[in-house]
Amino acid sequence: MKNTAITLAAFLLATGAAYAQTMPSDVVFEDGAVAQSLTGVAGDPANGRAVFKNRKKGNCLACHANADLASEQFHGEIGPPLDGVGDRYTEAELRGIIVNAKMVFEDTIMPAFYRVDGLNRVLEKFQGKTILTAQEVEDVVAYLMTLK
Amino acid sequence: MIRKALHAAVSLVLSGALALPLTAEEHISEILINEEIPITLRTEAPPFVEGLDEIMSGWLFRSEETQTLQLDDFDNPAFVFVDQGMDLFNKVEGTAGKSCAACHQDLSEFAGLRASLPRVEDGQVVTMEDLINECRVERMGAEPWKWSGTQMTSVNALISLQSRGMPVNVKIDGEARPFWEKGKELYYTRVGQLDLACANCHENNFGNMIRADRLSQGMINGFPTYRLKNAKLNSVQGRFKGCMKNIRATPYKEGSEEFKALELYLASRGNGLSVEAPSVRN
Ligand code: HEC
Ligand code: HEC
Repeated sequence: MKNTAITLAAFLLATGAAYAQTMPSDVVFEDGAVAQSLTGVAGDPANGRAVFKNRKKGNCLACHANADLASEQFHGEIGPPLDGVGDRYTEAELRGIIVNAKMVFEDTIMPAFYRVDGLNRVLEKFQGKTILTAQEVEDVVAYLMTLK
Repeated sequence: MIRKALHAAVSLVLSGALALPLTAEEHISEILINEEIPITLRTEAPPFVEGLDEIMSGWLFRSEETQTLQLDDFDNPAFVFVDQGMDLFNKVEGTAGKSCAACHQDLSEFAGLRASLPRVEDGQVVTMEDLINECRVERMGAEPWKWSGTQMTSVNALISLQSRGMPVNVKIDGEARPFWEKGKELYYTRVGQLDLACANCHENNFGNMIRADRLSQGMINGFPTYRLKNAKLNSVQGRFKGCMKNIRATPYKEGSEEFKALELYLASRGNGLSVEAPSVRN
């Protein structure tokens, strides 16, 4: 009996969280910026930093140099260095760039990290999935805001 | 030491404009392999390559250590496979009781073949792999080889070697035109979860580091290529597959219409560079 109650409570919490999360097709852009948090849960900069350097997640260092991660070998040269990016952009603008950089930089090489529509020939195991989860996007944005 | 050896072995033909943040070696426009076979490393882009002014061999973008391995066949690890290719070439197989050598006594008859492939015949793109398997199946009565298996890449390397130093000169008009157009479309189409086209990396960003790799123009004049990363000879289409998987795209099949068209298109982008097979990359 008690077990059932706990399971039910956990279920409600989980679905509650799922409802609060904005689906990729529902993200609202205004001039390339996304004002509303994708999850309603404040981003965790420490996890954002981990996602940023993880080759299977953000892999942001593939294209961007970032002095805050000088301890990591090999920073890419394809995009601009991200030092001071928290000064150059607002949180809403950074969220827009991570969700779908094509909304900001036309024809950019930078992948859209929270998008599933309009892609071709996606490998089966990634089909219907975003590169980052909604919370990971929030965490990366929180991390970028610390790069002053 | 390596630097010294390299500079002694190459003929230092320096090119003019320094558009990119390249290392010193990357301004070399020609090397001599075995101190005698000249290889053109950079030249004016063919007029139909709209996105490039100059075409450049992948050799230019590799580290000095990797570059040096290609300068002498004794150092080039691909030659272990070329030797295996020679054994396979002389081996009798199939119901006709023949080896490749039974019909092709003189390997030098293949000079120029690699430089002109793929070509279009009877409405189909013909690659080196197709020609090799056509001989095996139709003339030897033997099993076809796997597209990127060691037997295929080794014999491909042996035959391609006969054209080393010759300028790539792939035909793109006449019957080839529709296939070339198809290949071009594939080259510029974004695919995969990362939503990238070949052109995003190899046309717009060559010379730039992508994490630990320096992007080249993705030229195929050096194939089959020995890669230090997997210590074997790699086929052109095997490389296409690898790049597609890296951007989380479902690759086309080796030998498919799509990859053959893409190979034809890519080969033509290198028209004017030298056949470098078997090249060494990382
Ligand atoms: C494949 C390359 C690539 C990857 C991977 C990539 N970016 Fe970018 N990014 C770019 C490029 C290129 C630009 C510049 C915009 C343009 O001209 O296309 C850019 C721009 C940006 C900007 C704006 C910078 C400025 O100063 O204007 C931010 C912020 C950014 N990226 C963050 C990230 C983060 C965070 C990640 C990983 C989650 C990431 N990028 C992954 C290529 C990439
Ligand atoms: C995300 C970036 C990226 C994309 C997109 C990409 N490649 Fe590559 N490719 C690389 C890297 C990195 C290498 C290894 C370094 C080099 O030679 O450029 C490479 C190597 C190659 C090579 C070997 C070049 C040599 O000298 O041996 C070929 C050929 C090639 N790519 C073709 C393609 C084709 C065709 C496509 C599209 C189907 C493609 N690539 C898409 C990153 C990419």
